[in-house]
Amino acid sequence: MTPRKYIVLLAIVVFASFGDVSLSHGMKSVGAISATRWTELFAAVLNPWVALGIVLLLGFFAAYLSALSWSDLTYVLPATSLGYVLLALLSVWLLGEKVSLSRWIGILLVSSGVGIVTRGPSVTHRHQPELESAGDKR
Amino acid sequence: MNGLRTWSAIAGIVLSSTAGDVLLSRAMRQIGHVGELWRRQGLRAVLKAIVTHPSFLLALLFMAVSFFGLLLALSWADVSLVVPATASLTYVTNALAARLFLHEHVDRRRWVSALLVCAGVAVLAA
Repeated sequence: MTPRKYIVLLAIVVFASFGDVSLSHGMKSVGAISATRWTELFAAVLNPWVALGIVLLLGFFAAYLSALSWSDLTYVLPATSLGYVLLALLSVWLLGEKVSLSRWIGILLVSSGVGIVTRGPSVTHRHQPELESAGDKR
Repeated sequence: MNGLRTWSAIAGIVLSSTAGDVLLSRAMRQIGHVGELWRRQGLRAVLKAIVTHPSFLLALLFMAVSFFGLLLALSWADVSLVVPATASLTYVTNALAARLFLHEHVDRRRWVSALLVCAGVAVLAA
């Protein structure tokens, strides 16, 4: 794993968290959309926060595809679950929510899972040895 | 019956999102390191390789199914049940599917990690 790869993993976490927060903030100001007026969903896209959220989530998708091109799925998913922790912290700082004891326990569990998986190799699959050697040298 | 309906939707979401992730992973692995492809052939070649890959298109289909399944489940049950249940179960099904279909070596380290994250997500979102 090179520093550049950690930056891509970090980008996944950051884009996904800020994208979700932005979408959530935007949809709260748009208000609840009833099933009978579902076409209003398309108008919601014009809300600047929703639009920003979509752009951020596109950034997330690009970084996610990039990471999957050089890492195992069972590495990328736990390694980027740190996003749940960031999301909890963002909801405190930006949205003014309170974090309960059980949430801190959740944060601790996710963080230890991330810590464990990122100490191991990022590529393990057997059928493409050329990718295996590429995984940790670059 | 309401619980059964909700849990069937949760199972459907988990299965389709797992299928989506596994297919996405397979597509990207076959395409190879996108950073290098970009340097060699440019961004357009990267985009073309991705959007024309059958596994990628199938992955999009499964992701759409899981998204609309989520909307459906949210109309039946509370978000505080549906989201943590689907998000945390997906870590376990992904580990199983990655081992079966992607031939990733899911060793004890990865199992422990997937289970910790799964438990953590369930606690976090509950």
